[in-house]
Amino acid sequence: MGTRIYECISRIAERIIDNKEYLTELDREIGDADHGVNMARGFQAVLEKVPQDSDDVGAVLKKTGMTLLSTVGGASGPLYGTAFMEAGKAVAGKERLEAADVPAILDAAIAGIQKRGKAAQGEKTMLDALIPALETYREKLESGSDLSEAMDAACAAARDGVEFTKTIRATKGRASYLGDRSIGHQDPGATSATLIMEAVRDFLRG
Amino acid sequence: MKKLINEVDNVVNEMLDGIAAAYPQHVRRLDGLDVLVRAGGSAGKVALISGGGSGHEPSHGGFVGKGMLDGAVAGAVFTSPTPDQVYEAIKAADGGKGVLLVIKNYTGDVMNFEMAADMAADEGIQVEKVVVADDVAVENSTWTTGRRGIAGTIFVHKIAGACAEVGGDLENVKRVAEKVIANVRSMGMSLSACTVPAAGKPSFELAEDEIEIGLGIHGEPGVNREKMGSADDICDKLLDKILAEGIYKAGDRIAVLVNGMGGTPLMELFIANRHIHEALTGKGLVIAKTIVGNYMTSLDMEGFSISLLKLDEKLEKLLNAPANTPAFVQA
Repeated sequence: MGTRIYECISRIAERIIDNKEYLTELDREIGDADHGVNMARGFQAVLEKVPQDSDDVGAVLKKTGMTLLSTVGGASGPLYGTAFMEAGKAVAGKERLEAADVPAILDAAIAGIQKRGKAAQGEKTMLDALIPALETYREKLESGSDLSEAMDAACAAARDGVEFTKTIRATKGRASYLGDRSIGHQDPGATSATLIMEAVRDFLRG
Repeated sequence: MKKLINEVDNVVNEMLDGIAAAYPQHVRRLDGLDVLVRAGGSAGKVALISGGGSGHEPSHGGFVGKGMLDGAVAGAVFTSPTPDQVYEAIKAADGGKGVLLVIKNYTGDVMNFEMAADMAADEGIQVEKVVVADDVAVENSTWTTGRRGIAGTIFVHKIAGACAEVGGDLENVKRVAEKVIANVRSMGMSLSACTVPAAGKPSFELAEDEIEIGLGIHGEPGVNREKMGSADDICDKLLDKILAEGIYKAGDRIAVLVNGMGGTPLMELFIANRHIHEALTGKGLVIAKTIVGNYMTSLDMEGFSISLLKLDEKLEKLLNAPANTPAFVQA
């Protein structure tokens, strides 16, 4: 058993590794059939390299990001690497991960992905899952939902975002070369982002 | 899947050791890294570094040597190498005159190489980059990430490499590389998909009588799927799209690269080249140099690409300059 933040990260890693074939299969349709393989390799390294005994939430997220950056490769490596490193900065100094930290973490991760990938919502990327998730989370909190309800709604919004990516053509990344042929397929990156959200939700539920 | 491999996870590692063992006179592998650099180092000259996902052999490690590259970084199969690997390549290859990164235009490659360039610049190393985007199959518009970099990249390695070899400074070498990029266009097709070892099955399905036109070099589907035609018809189709760019006009001197994707016999590449020469000469173009072979492959894919480069006196001289690398030798 590691610390709470290590447990959370390891639940994310397990979720990605369990879905290796699925993510690769999605990428086979509109990309180059390696998203699951690359993500699983990266999160396997995360399980091995991230310290199990550190309570420093920011430092653990940062280490996760740096490990992904140096092991995933492709476009997902810099994007997820940057997302986790920026998320780590947003919660620097915290010693316990709380559901209330989710908006700050998501906000920082999204900003990092936007900056590194020069992408916006509606381009068939992981942002199409993450941005609606964050917006929904905030709306739910404002309208009086508790943290657990807000997280459920955020994950549902991310799932809807994945469904939405089926209806649009890709304008970023390798899928953009397909033009209209990318329509009808869901985005592997939006899918992996949603899997990560759901792993965090399940972890916070305990 | 039937492949001559050991462990799927070790393919890149074992391949790099194999290249280093085959060509100790040309290349040396950096300890613990997926990087090949020149055996004799690159002191006193501008260093050229390229790289990308593996599976395109001999690209890029096969072009490390005199007159071409100074370093090559290998990622996992069809996956861009990570910034730390590129950064180590920059540090090792830098001979004090700066480093030019030759990047193929893919989202991942550009991001990883740029992050590495930032890290190296922080250490005081002069780093510049050029991005090759020669594939005319992809529309160059705000609706895509831009054209892909494919086999035309070999011309950049050869010509910018020759410029660096004869003492060109970083600005010069970069300008020559950009000139090549502005004047090279390519397009490819395939008769079958390729099988990424870690995926274990073909990247897409093609019926017995179908071909994929305008595909990249990663087993990603092309822009359209058609019925199989003759070699001459297929060459015409690719050439029409390349010539529609309006770069190549009657009387121009050009270089032609007929590049195999890995699974196509040389016999078929030469059959294609025969008609390519006929067609281009028929349009009044003067073919100053032809290169036929497997240079930018896509694992075991059957297929090929055509690249045309418009030459001027300077580019032609650099293209014909000597080179001595594992995969490209020219006296």
